[in-house]
Amino acid sequence: MIPGAFDYHAPASLEEALSLLSANVDDAKVLAGGQSLLPLMKLRLAKPEVIIDIGGLAELNYIREEGDHIAIGALATYTDVAESDLIQNRCPLLAQTAVVVGDVQVRNRGTVGGGLAHADPAEDLPAAILALDAELKAAGPDGERWIPASEFFVTMLTTSLLPEELLTEIRVPARDGYKTSYQKVSRQAAGFAIVGVAACLKESADGVCEDISVAVTGMTDVAFRAEKVEAALRGEKLDDSAIASAAALVTDGVDPIEDVNATPAYRAHLAQVYVERTIQAARAG
Amino acid sequence: MKQTVRVTVNGRLYEEEVEPRQLLSYFLRETIGLTGTHIGCIIGECGACTVQVNGTLVKSCLMFAVQANGKEITTIEGLAEGDALHPVQEAFINNYGFQCGYCTPGMIMAADSLLKKNPNPSEEEIREGLAGNLCMCTGYVQIVAAVKEAAGQVDNG
Repeated sequence: MIPGAFDYHAPASLEEALSLLSANVDDAKVLAGGQSLLPLMKLRLAKPEVIIDIGGLAELNYIREEGDHIAIGALATYTDVAESDLIQNRCPLLAQTAVVVGDVQVRNRGTVGGGLAHADPAEDLPAAILALDAELKAAGPDGERWIPASEFFVTMLTTSLLPEELLTEIRVPARDGYKTSYQKVSRQAAGFAIVGVAACLKESADGVCEDISVAVTGMTDVAFRAEKVEAALRGEKLDDSAIASAAALVTDGVDPIEDVNATPAYRAHLAQVYVERTIQAARAG
Repeated sequence: MKQTVRVTVNGRLYEEEVEPRQLLSYFLRETIGLTGTHIGCIIGECGACTVQVNGTLVKSCLMFAVQANGKEITTIEGLAEGDALHPVQEAFINNYGFQCGYCTPGMIMAADSLLKKNPNPSEEEIREGLAGNLCMCTGYVQIVAAVKEAAGQVDNG
């Protein structure tokens, strides 16, 4: 369980990190908190020749309010997000999701940007950022660009970041007045989601669904929005039977993955149960 | 190419030349000889190698030693003051909070970190705070009892 040898660089600025990345684009991996990358390197599933450690770049470690958005630097840890008053008040879904990632130690070291760029299909946060219509900022040699969360995850462990780009910020709209929840089934030791569901909804005083987004992680090679569930509930009265029948639509046209934790049929069952449970949990507050 | 790492461990400054791929857990045990930090699964699941880096609880097998450059580390050896055991250590003894003892250093580091942040945790909070530390003997009941006894006795300054 010893990683392969590599050359180590700890750039002092984002600019230096980007030029190192461009110079080593075929051989380098970017190291942030390392909670996903180190296990892969120890198992020799990743064997980068160059490591660019951006963990010390204070300029990428922040959580701040920008009008009706919250900007999260890529190096904010899950603990930072879970404990942020700003996020708890204005975008609680992110805090509710971050607080159940891995375990205490992993949340203390693991970074939001590192986890998202790693794009493990069993990660929790992709569901939340999809449900929140977040945008992700990529910095590269030619400047910056914004990628909508819906276009960020391409397939297992692959994002739409270019090899010479770094994810630097996650920008989420504040969700004042929304009810939110994240619920998952996971194996205790690792904490990865076998199925995880994020829900974000707004209902009128008489219980009519004015807006809803539901996203699912762990089911397929990338997290996805359960658009059929959303469409079935938007504008409808949110009662138990409407929620249950909408939840059943989550597996429509979806081909769940099979792994050591669950068969496709079991994952499909879990998804239906957890979509229902998550919407109910959000409503209950 | 080796890198120089300067770290303060339990108040003492170390400066060592290490391979960048050396994990912090091996640095602590083999390079500077502090074998109180145990290595269990080495893939980041069991928590036996848990230490505190700049006061934050981490698994030392999920960090390269070079990432600890310039930081302050506390290991299980750094808790007692001379012959006086740390309150969490005393509480583990009083409550038989170990069976084989392998997970104990990590458990104690996690318990200390939890109590610094939350001096009087509920049982649920204790279990959540120790969720990253596995006891293969499954002696959790006594471990939780030990943390309850130590609650309120850990200096969070």
